[in-house]
Amino acid sequence: MKIAVCIKQVPATTEVKFDPETNTLVREGVDSQINPFDLYALEEAVRTKERLQADGEESSVTVVCMGPPQAQDALREAVALGADETILLSDRAFGGADTWATSYTLGLGLKKIEPDIVFCGMQAIDGDTGQVGPGIATHIDYAQATYVAKIESLDKKKITVKRLVENGYEVCSVKLPIVITVVKEINEPRTPSLRGKMNAKKAQITTWGAADLEAPVEKLGLSGSPTQVAKVFSPPHREGGEKSEGEPDELAEKLFGLLKELEIV
Amino acid sequence: MDYFFTEEQQMMREVAREIAEKKIRPIAAEYDESGEFPWPVVEAIAEADLFRVFIPEEYGGMDLGTPIMNMCIVTEELSKACGGISLGFAATGLGTMPILVAASDEQKKKWLPRIADGTLAAFGLTEANAGSDASAVATRAVLDGDEWVINGTKQWITNGGEAEIYTVFCVTDPTRGARGVSTIVVEKGTPGFTFGKKENKMGIRASATRELIFQDCRVPKENVLGKPGSGFFNAMKTFDMSRPGVASQALGIAQGALDIAVNYSRERRQFGQPISAFQGMQFMLADMAMKVEAARALVYATARLIDSGVEKKPTMYSAMSKCFASDVAMEVTTNAVQVLGGYGYMKEYPVEKYMRDAKITQIYEGTNQIQRIEIAKGLIASAAKS
Repeated sequence: MKIAVCIKQVPATTEVKFDPETNTLVREGVDSQINPFDLYALEEAVRTKERLQADGEESSVTVVCMGPPQAQDALREAVALGADETILLSDRAFGGADTWATSYTLGLGLKKIEPDIVFCGMQAIDGDTGQVGPGIATHIDYAQATYVAKIESLDKKKITVKRLVENGYEVCSVKLPIVITVVKEINEPRTPSLRGKMNAKKAQITTWGAADLEAPVEKLGLSGSPTQVAKVFSPPHREGGEKSEGEPDELAEKLFGLLKELEIV
Repeated sequence: MDYFFTEEQQMMREVAREIAEKKIRPIAAEYDESGEFPWPVVEAIAEADLFRVFIPEEYGGMDLGTPIMNMCIVTEELSKACGGISLGFAATGLGTMPILVAASDEQKKKWLPRIADGTLAAFGLTEANAGSDASAVATRAVLDGDEWVINGTKQWITNGGEAEIYTVFCVTDPTRGARGVSTIVVEKGTPGFTFGKKENKMGIRASATRELIFQDCRVPKENVLGKPGSGFFNAMKTFDMSRPGVASQALGIAQGALDIAVNYSRERRQFGQPISAFQGMQFMLADMAMKVEAARALVYATARLIDSGVEKKPTMYSAMSKCFASDVAMEVTTNAVQVLGGYGYMKEYPVEKYMRDAKITQIYEGTNQIQRIEIAKGLIASAAKS
């Protein structure tokens, strides 16, 4: 069974900078890390592979990352954590992509790999959209299960997962191929092994550009993005509200007066 | 300070550090309190290939020619987070050493790959009446056909009950004194081999310490390491190689306590300023840091000397590293408690545990009094030679 994982390299600090021209994140020259949610996706992929291999089935994990050349570091770290193959989708044409163009591009990469399962983190800690996983599924016409907290069972044709939903859990069986986005409850990620780190150092990282994906340039990057970021700003500090003290009856009357004034009641 | 490690050694340190920070530090207090054996951490250490670092490649290891330095690096890093949990690793190193020192190729093939994969080992020498005087062991092994029949009790054995592979020192020829002792490997589950109760200790509480009880325990004749009668020699050679391991455990404990003390001194405010602004505090922290760094330099130098193989008998330096680093650990952890004051004395804060954990490093694998005797012996012998 072929398993793929999509990871994103995100800033390791909270002091992010934005490009004033495009209003997108500046990633160059910033300490970075694998998006923490993606570590759970990678761990689940590696565990799934290990379970399959223990049952005598062939399985491998391919990690895909879209980003600038420095995202190689994230892919090397993924090798240290158990990935077999790594593919970097990197091209100037991919720059400035929103979630539509990102999931489209990742989808093109995944189509070449033809995985049975694609694991993603539930969202990235910088963008927080949670759209790329479902976006990929839509672009490549895979089934999807989001916010997965547990894989209940897996066979060659279908997978049963437990999803974290607002009021509890939902268990569903879905046909493969599928895109799964995972929540933190799903596992406890391992730390890198020594062999893994040594392999990571030697790992050959395949890079695919726009030409390798045979992608129409107008669907990529900033030009392929239906959403454009108009403005990026830190929300202003909230001013403290009005505070009144006194007897309950008095306060109730005052509050009622205020509500009336605001035409709420 | 930069000690110019190889790239692989830096990787070992990073791998160990991540386990220490992510898997050990968050649960150290809980295991100290319960005294439970930290199997999840031991499994993580095994999965991270760290049991391979002191075992040669042909036996499933990754020692890369520097087993002692590697063992020290990993032990130090793990011990920064918990000097008790790190012992599951470090005491396996000690238990493995007699195999590395004395076993035949066939014996190494039998046991080392399992240890490399994360099977725990333990070293069984101490008895109720054979502590510092290790030659006084009374556990008896008698050859009966193709088997050794072992009777006796080993005491205070680290990893006892949790380990699978035990290197046990037994008297095989009572007429020959120290030259009548042999090293025999006994595996857990062998009939006649049982364990005493788990000891309730002052420190290193997440480490398991038990008696090994042998009652007509039969093991194959070929489980003896080296020639019968070489046991005492094997034990001494083991200590030459293993004492930097205890030293690095002490070093990790000391560094861990120092880090906590420095951070606390910057946060704790009295008289309107952080206590780190007071000279009295600065002098204390400076002395602690100086001693830790001096200990580190000695431990690393000793480990490199042993790995280089140029010194046939590194006993004196091994003893120095163990003695110095453990004395430093005791002093630094005591002062770390002092830096934290009343908070330091409370179990809600982590430093009192470092102080309790440090104490054992002055005692086991030879008390520091025995280490000083070894150092003096080495001094006098080399003076007599020149």
